[in-house]
Amino acid sequence: MLKYLIWPIAAVALIALPHGLSFSQQEILVFLTINILVVSSYRLLTLTGEWSLAHVVIMGVGAYASAMMTKNLGIYVPISMLLGGITAALIAVILSFPLFRMKGFYFLIGSFAAGEIIRLLWKHFRDPFGGAKGIKGIDPMPDFSIGIYNFDFFEPVSYFYFAGFIVIICLWILWRIERSPVGLTFHAVHWQDKLAEASGVNLRAYRTLAFAIASGFAGIGGALLAHYIGTINPGSFDLDYMVFVLTWAIVGGTGTFYGPILGCVVLTILNEVVLREMGFEQLRPLIYGAILIASILFLPNGLESIVQKFTKRRAKP
Amino acid sequence: MLDLLAQTGLNAVYAASYISLVAVGLVLIFGVMGVINFAHGELFMAGAYVVVAVYADMHMPFFLAVVVGLLFVGCLGLLMERALFRPLRDNPLGGLVASIGFLMILQALASMGFGVRMEFIPPVTQHVVWFTDTISIPLARVYVIVAAVLLLSTLWYFLKRTRFGWALRASAQDPQAAELQGISIAQTAKIAMFIGAGLAGIAGTLTAPLVSVNPHMGHSVIVTAFIVIIVGGVGSLEGAIIASVVYAFVHTFVTTFYGGVIADITGLSLMLLVLIVKPTGLFGSADRA
Repeated sequence: MLKYLIWPIAAVALIALPHGLSFSQQEILVFLTINILVVSSYRLLTLTGEWSLAHVVIMGVGAYASAMMTKNLGIYVPISMLLGGITAALIAVILSFPLFRMKGFYFLIGSFAAGEIIRLLWKHFRDPFGGAKGIKGIDPMPDFSIGIYNFDFFEPVSYFYFAGFIVIICLWILWRIERSPVGLTFHAVHWQDKLAEASGVNLRAYRTLAFAIASGFAGIGGALLAHYIGTINPGSFDLDYMVFVLTWAIVGGTGTFYGPILGCVVLTILNEVVLREMGFEQLRPLIYGAILIASILFLPNGLESIVQKFTKRRAKP
Repeated sequence: MLDLLAQTGLNAVYAASYISLVAVGLVLIFGVMGVINFAHGELFMAGAYVVVAVYADMHMPFFLAVVVGLLFVGCLGLLMERALFRPLRDNPLGGLVASIGFLMILQALASMGFGVRMEFIPPVTQHVVWFTDTISIPLARVYVIVAAVLLLSTLWYFLKRTRFGWALRASAQDPQAAELQGISIAQTAKIAMFIGAGLAGIAGTLTAPLVSVNPHMGHSVIVTAFIVIIVGGVGSLEGAIIASVVYAFVHTFVTTFYGGVIADITGLSLMLLVLIVKPTGLFGSADRA
């Protein structure tokens, strides 16, 4: 009984959620929704055992592509978001040629360099990327009405519904990919690479595939962000943001699908809501840093290990 | 034209000397501890703030500030080793996250203690060494170069000629075999962290009067240091020094002739190129990745 009720209840709760929040909290909710997509797509890449520092820049590729397509070519906004994702995936395929010669720490730093080059290119070329000031006045989502509800996309609530809808579809696709034979091969590439290669799996091709899919969804996330805030610049996708994504994933734990999402939600709420409301504006980075250290020292397997503890106990009797 | 080249070359030597101090410390920590210390740039920043506190605010001699900086940042390194890296020894990603957390704490402490604005530090010396009518170098930069050469050669002697150095290199090569020979891993880890952090701290103290000191100054330092240790090959001290010199020359010359952003792009492209040709860096071996 509970099994069938849980999804409608979750849907109602998500629809009701923004109405109980203040305006600034609603804005944080929109960013949180987009970040959930970014961190979940990041996990798909980590399934193959590689940790990238280019993910946020690739997300920016989607944002820039979508913004430029609507501005210069006049493409309708939701379609441009999809095209932004595809552009990000294509850039990822190109980057994979140099990057997947490396592994481990070298890949981590190599991907950082590749991302930083893209970011500096945005900064250097005023035409067409707008230089350090970036792109301003990006077209918002066109308003529309579905009878009972008027979507005005300058309102965070409306944009939360729109972004939430897109993100849930993307998460569902990511989930299906992970459960498919392709997803299982990603696991094999990570944990049994020699065995997988001996069984005829093309390691490089699967790594590239995971990188491209993850980048595509990150690009869609970036496009969602660009059309919400209306202005993007190279600083929007810097190393600080990447460090946040990395810590969400590691603190949440990457062993399960919900781990990174849990990390993202818990750390965002702690950082943006709890510490801000308590008036620790100056101390915020200090406490956030202390929380990171404490969580990695006392929960080395991530927040997901708490959930697993409870679900396992319930399954026993 | 020749004057400009010689002048740029001198500036590059200065850049190479402080970059190699930071990079060698980072390599030493990675070699012995096996963790990527993301907070290394903030250790550099901490060294610079020691100069702000001891030399600029308390009006003590600059030399004293350098010594205090070395000891203070070295002790920060010991603290990191004891509190973060020792409990997380078998968890490389854990060490990464812990050092990111430590970085945030150090940045927050610096901006709470000194404010986020740029600090003014009175110049240590106004002397300028003139080689010809057009080629010159400020004496303060000469100090950095001399200190870097002295410290790195001392470290070289320590690592290659003393028993501690042998123990350190042994536990970097193979911790288990080193432990079987009676070398205390905890002991060598402490020494490596103290030296590694201290080198970053001393680089920070020496360059503090020459650069803009603010809580976020570590960012560009750590990026440069990462590029350098990757080009040199992770875990290779010689590689780190040679790569520092190469990177400093390329970056300084491109900055002089084409501007800073192009120089950053060139530096990063150079690094990607090295990795494409030799994915373990110039002097790296495959098993240290």
